[in-house]
Amino acid sequence: MPVTYYLVLSAIMFVLGVVGVVVRRNAIVIFMSLELMFNAANLLFVAFAAYYQIVTGQLFVFFVMTVAAAEVAVGLALMVAIFRAKHSIDVDQMNSLKG
Amino acid sequence: MPVIQIVIFIILGVVAVGTAVGMLLSRNAVYAALFLVLNFATIAILYLILGAPFIALAQITVYAGAIMVLFLFVIMLLGVEKLPFKERLRGQRLIAILLGVVFLGETVLYLVYHGQAGQLPAPASIQFVSPADLGHVLFNEYMLPFEVTSVILLVALVGAIVLTHREKSAAAAEQV
Repeated sequence: MPVTYYLVLSAIMFVLGVVGVVVRRNAIVIFMSLELMFNAANLLFVAFAAYYQIVTGQLFVFFVMTVAAAEVAVGLALMVAIFRAKHSIDVDQMNSLKG
Repeated sequence: MPVIQIVIFIILGVVAVGTAVGMLLSRNAVYAALFLVLNFATIAILYLILGAPFIALAQITVYAGAIMVLFLFVIMLLGVEKLPFKERLRGQRLIAILLGVVFLGETVLYLVYHGQAGQLPAPASIQFVSPADLGHVLFNEYMLPFEVTSVILLVALVGAIVLTHREKSAAAAEQV
């Protein structure tokens, strides 16, 4: 089966993630769309690891996962801090630097 | 045999894309999170088909387990599962979807005409990369990135605590 199928599936998921970031106003859903994009990239890594029969592609997914976990921890902590200041996580409300 | 393979791929692909669309359209953030969990599980099965059992199980435990639990925890802690779905900028949603479709079309056309046209190895010949092999490469060739990862996680831990830490009043601090 052609590797292009996996590339197309990954492209669809990535575009859905981009559209989610642009369209949704709930900051948490925007974060989830980011995770979707991470996943699309990871799928590419694993597909090409299988295509070229090398282990390194899978290791990169491992690193991406750890960085994504760190990013989510900091991002959600930011979300909690912003919610305390503004009582909302609607990104349209986040229009001033002073809390 | 390849027909079965393609049918399985299409089923998994439809579920993955469907859950992604469901995540975008659901008004309740909790439903969005649960859609995303299903999406991650589907992708994990694809990893398994591609011969990456360790990554597949890490996907389940780290993404579908830890990260999504964190998401659900924050959603329920803040009580922000419902936000108005209306758009502030008129026509923004339409333009976003239109441009998304154009971007997707471009990418797919490029992939079909200029991308790798090669065939994946048959499932029987895809070797399952055992966690032992993966660990061998990780600790021999990628030792420094691995250590840097641990620093990143430590920084994230400290950052999350600093950001959510509430300053106690001086009097309360003195009592303690």
